[in-house]
Amino acid sequence: MKHLLTAAELDADTATAVLDTADRLKAALLGREVRKLPTLRGRTVVTMFYENSTRTRVSFEIAGKWMSADVVNVSASGSSVGKGESLRDTALTLAAAGADCVVVRHPASGAAHRLAGWLGADPYGTNTSVVNAGDGMHEHPTQALLDAATLRERLGSLRDRRIGIVGDVLHSRVARSNVALLSTLGAEVVLVAPPTLLPVGVTGWPVTVSHELDAELPALDAVMTLRVQAERMHGLFFPSVREYSIAYGLNQARLGLLPEHAVVLHPGPMLRGMEIAAAVADSPRAAISDQVANGVHVRMAVLYHLLAHREDA
Amino acid sequence: MASRSRDAADPAEQRELLTAGDVARTVARMAHQVIEKTALGGVEAAPVVLLGIPTRGAPLAARLARHVAEFCGVEVPTGILDVTLYRDDLRRGPTRPLASTELPDRGVDDALVILVDDVLYSGRTVRAALDALRDAGRPRAVQLAVLVDRGHRELPIRADYVGKNVPTSRAEEVDVLFTETDGRDAVLLRPRAAHGGGPG
Repeated sequence: MKHLLTAAELDADTATAVLDTADRLKAALLGREVRKLPTLRGRTVVTMFYENSTRTRVSFEIAGKWMSADVVNVSASGSSVGKGESLRDTALTLAAAGADCVVVRHPASGAAHRLAGWLGADPYGTNTSVVNAGDGMHEHPTQALLDAATLRERLGSLRDRRIGIVGDVLHSRVARSNVALLSTLGAEVVLVAPPTLLPVGVTGWPVTVSHELDAELPALDAVMTLRVQAERMHGLFFPSVREYSIAYGLNQARLGLLPEHAVVLHPGPMLRGMEIAAAVADSPRAAISDQVANGVHVRMAVLYHLLAHREDA
Repeated sequence: MASRSRDAADPAEQRELLTAGDVARTVARMAHQVIEKTALGGVEAAPVVLLGIPTRGAPLAARLARHVAEFCGVEVPTGILDVTLYRDDLRRGPTRPLASTELPDRGVDDALVILVDDVLYSGRTVRAALDALRDAGRPRAVQLAVLVDRGHRELPIRADYVGKNVPTSRAEEVDVLFTETDGRDAVLLRPRAAHGGGPG
């Protein structure tokens, strides 16, 4: 693996290999006092975040550090981006400075893909891997991988499992990456959202679409609720927060409609009381803190698959 | 990790160093040596832990533990220690899949840990295992048991228990087969394939 740009480009074997590596890393670190592996000693990982983030950035930083890579964080505010430097020049600068891997989050869809292209034709001849940590409304592949890791842990295999993704699918890169990865791994995906929050091209996706949450819940093995992304909304998508919450919020009563074994996921950050009730988020059925913990192991696995092999292999 | 097929080579090119019967006798003898050298069952004896290095060190460790229990009645905790993340040759080949690590519940602190592997060659796997072990805890002492020592050490490492010493050339490959991983017991010597893996 040279770059990780989308979940859609992962075939079942590659995705399973990364998830297996994550499981093994988790087992290898379990109960240890020293959570440090020497595997990526001497490798440099730069995180480049043009959008706000808590968990993804911290998760990548911890993942790199636990593998003994040197991790450098660059954020748009406080860097030369504020002086008007282009994404391309910033990336080439980081590559020239010695980054073996650039982890990028950017508000523009396709930013990571462009970056990989620029670094591939890099005039300095460096050999830098690119990881997409979220590009606009396009993809967030490591989130899909950590969701799959959490679901595998809770449900065993993903084959023929029915996973509901509820809420603002239109603006969600998490939903796009999850649809791609979950269907690659053999799960059935049901999107539940008001028509205004579904993308135009959704008919071509490998999913079932529904507008009625209560009708879908009894048949689901897992439900993933999405945050309504107010920062990406330019227009009116639903009458009021209260009405959205009544129709699509995961509350205590709806938790009761789910089968006993079903798992609740949320990619975070949560808006308690809107798409998810506080009592649901804190219930033992919710795997939200497992998702965060697995995020570190999955990102360690991604760095391992990108950086721990011969360059031409 | 799915075990690589070790029984596929051209039979005309390979020589059987140990038959299934030889393997059984050799492992039994190694178990006796473990009991003798560690004074297992004695009052003063330190607790012993057998740690197999994947792939084929793991079944060998389990067999040694079974024999030890049979010969002296002491149940020795066993585990699996994957050393892939500690290897010094990761950057020399394609991505290596990780094997599972399963340490016994008691951990390795203050125990006499016996690392178990199928073949001792360059010594680099054992070096990686010593590093992995340091991160897992602080054993009282560490020993090494191997079914075959084929020479060509690249590091100052030697085994405490050796099933069979086999003089080899670097152009040859030693394949250990176990029923658990390969369907039968044997040790084979064959010419190294052009695309053969790194030294173990």
